[in-house]
Amino acid sequence: MSGQIDVVFAGFGGQGIMTAGQLLAYTAMEEGKQVCWIPSYGPEMRGGTANCTIVVSDTRIGSPIINNPAGACVFNRPSLDKFVPSLRAGALLLINSSLIDTPSGRSDLIEVKIPINEIAMKLGNPKAANMVMLAAYVKATGVVKMKSLENMLITKLGHKKSALEINKRAFKEGAKAVSGLQVRDKV
Amino acid sequence: MTKKLMKGNEAIGEAAIAAGAINYFAYPITPQSEVAEYLCWRLPEVSGVFVQGESEVAVGNMIFGAAASGKRVFTTSSSPGISLMQESISYMAGAHLPVVILNIMRGGPGLGGILPAQSDYFQATKGGGHGDYRLIVLAPASVQEAVDLTILAFDLADKYRNPVMIIGDGMIGQMMESVEFPEKYRDENNPDDFDWALTGADNRPARITKSLYLDPKKLEDNSIKLAEKYKKIVEAESRHELYHVSNDNQLLIISYGTMARICQTVIDELADEGISVGLMRPITLYPFPGAELYAEATKKNIKRVLTVEMSMGQMVEDVERYVVGKKPVDFFGRTGGIVPTPNEVKDKIRELLKPSPKAKKTKSSRKKQIKG
Repeated sequence: MSGQIDVVFAGFGGQGIMTAGQLLAYTAMEEGKQVCWIPSYGPEMRGGTANCTIVVSDTRIGSPIINNPAGACVFNRPSLDKFVPSLRAGALLLINSSLIDTPSGRSDLIEVKIPINEIAMKLGNPKAANMVMLAAYVKATGVVKMKSLENMLITKLGHKKSALEINKRAFKEGAKAVSGLQVRDKV
Repeated sequence: MTKKLMKGNEAIGEAAIAAGAINYFAYPITPQSEVAEYLCWRLPEVSGVFVQGESEVAVGNMIFGAAASGKRVFTTSSSPGISLMQESISYMAGAHLPVVILNIMRGGPGLGGILPAQSDYFQATKGGGHGDYRLIVLAPASVQEAVDLTILAFDLADKYRNPVMIIGDGMIGQMMESVEFPEKYRDENNPDDFDWALTGADNRPARITKSLYLDPKKLEDNSIKLAEKYKKIVEAESRHELYHVSNDNQLLIISYGTMARICQTVIDELADEGISVGLMRPITLYPFPGAELYAEATKKNIKRVLTVEMSMGQMVEDVERYVVGKKPVDFFGRTGGIVPTPNEVKDKIRELLKPSPKAKKTKSSRKKQIKG
């Protein structure tokens, strides 16, 4: 459908999946878009998969459940296995290559490997890995402006100076990882 | 007004405060627990009261007592917890007490599961407890509507002195969307404004709040009084929304809550295929928008009426009741916590609208038979 972008963030508990998704949702809302964030909730196993779906649209959002997402950011191997089959043709797949060593096996996806854990470690805080991924997704799709995303980060983290600085650098690194890639029209 | 991004459960909690309802009693249960989690820190900020009961049976009786005081009273739970409250809900209906009850539904029967479902339609709209009573039942389809209907629920409860139930599937409670709240929050009710509230009988005759009438005539009188009230509610309070309804529609979907939104996507996608389908979404499940449904369903262009629910088929009985056999009524649903995908619903509609060569065949075969 035109004017609607949907994406799944998936990984295991503790990787900041929900936070990354919520930051995207907040930013889209600030840009005046319709937005829906829905978590997987259920009897999940500790260390099992956690995921959330975000729908961003110019018009009223129908189903919050997305059959075939136009994008997926997968943070661990079980998430790759779980979501790759359902992605629509031409979807953007961002893979955390720090933890996933296999490709999706599909030839109809735009697939990018980003070692988000290594990048975050280099920045001095492994917890920033989710922000590397989020920035890569935003940069590649243009679903919201990078500037808006950064402003939202300042709103949410303004009181924690050091965390803010590291996350800002994580944004830069994430954007760099997908430089040259422009998939806006395809998702 | 500023927009906020909020989880349905938390937004409903804030909406109660906006409605001046700061007396809250509850017991935690998934997928509703965030309402209690939110209100347990938020209510003290507005000098409100949150009492966590030892069980939903206790909570049911706490809200009964609190509602009799004339203050706005709120409780929230999920399916099995709502079952435990049924005795007091019946008592409160019998005693003409205003109270708002939120049911964020999960799969049943029994302890069931914790994932979204809509299988408490019968319980909410047809009784649940014993006796000749009704609840006003509101069914939001988005976080914003959950907020708006929560505020409306308190107004309706006061207006009719009747319990009002808001029912949402687990998804309504769990998802985050942008919401706006009224700029001005309502003050608490002043119980002295009511001629029924139990405020202490200083310098006035005592008032009695009860549902026990041992004299059959008096009990019948109370039931007649209730029935008259429900008649007024049916006449004045039915609400619904139409989506993509036009003279090109071949089929009319009836669906509520999150399921109606999924159907909205179904309708958009089918339109791209050249299949025209309309949606009628009841916002009030009691009173059911029956007359409006009859008007839409019996339009010439409508071939079939499809009810889509996250249950094994409950609202479909009301749909049949109002379509009165004028059009074929079909049902599609999944339950147990499984949410139907747009694709599943689309497949069902394509199957229903497939031109069946059957009718012609039987005619020609009959001819053959006659010839033979």
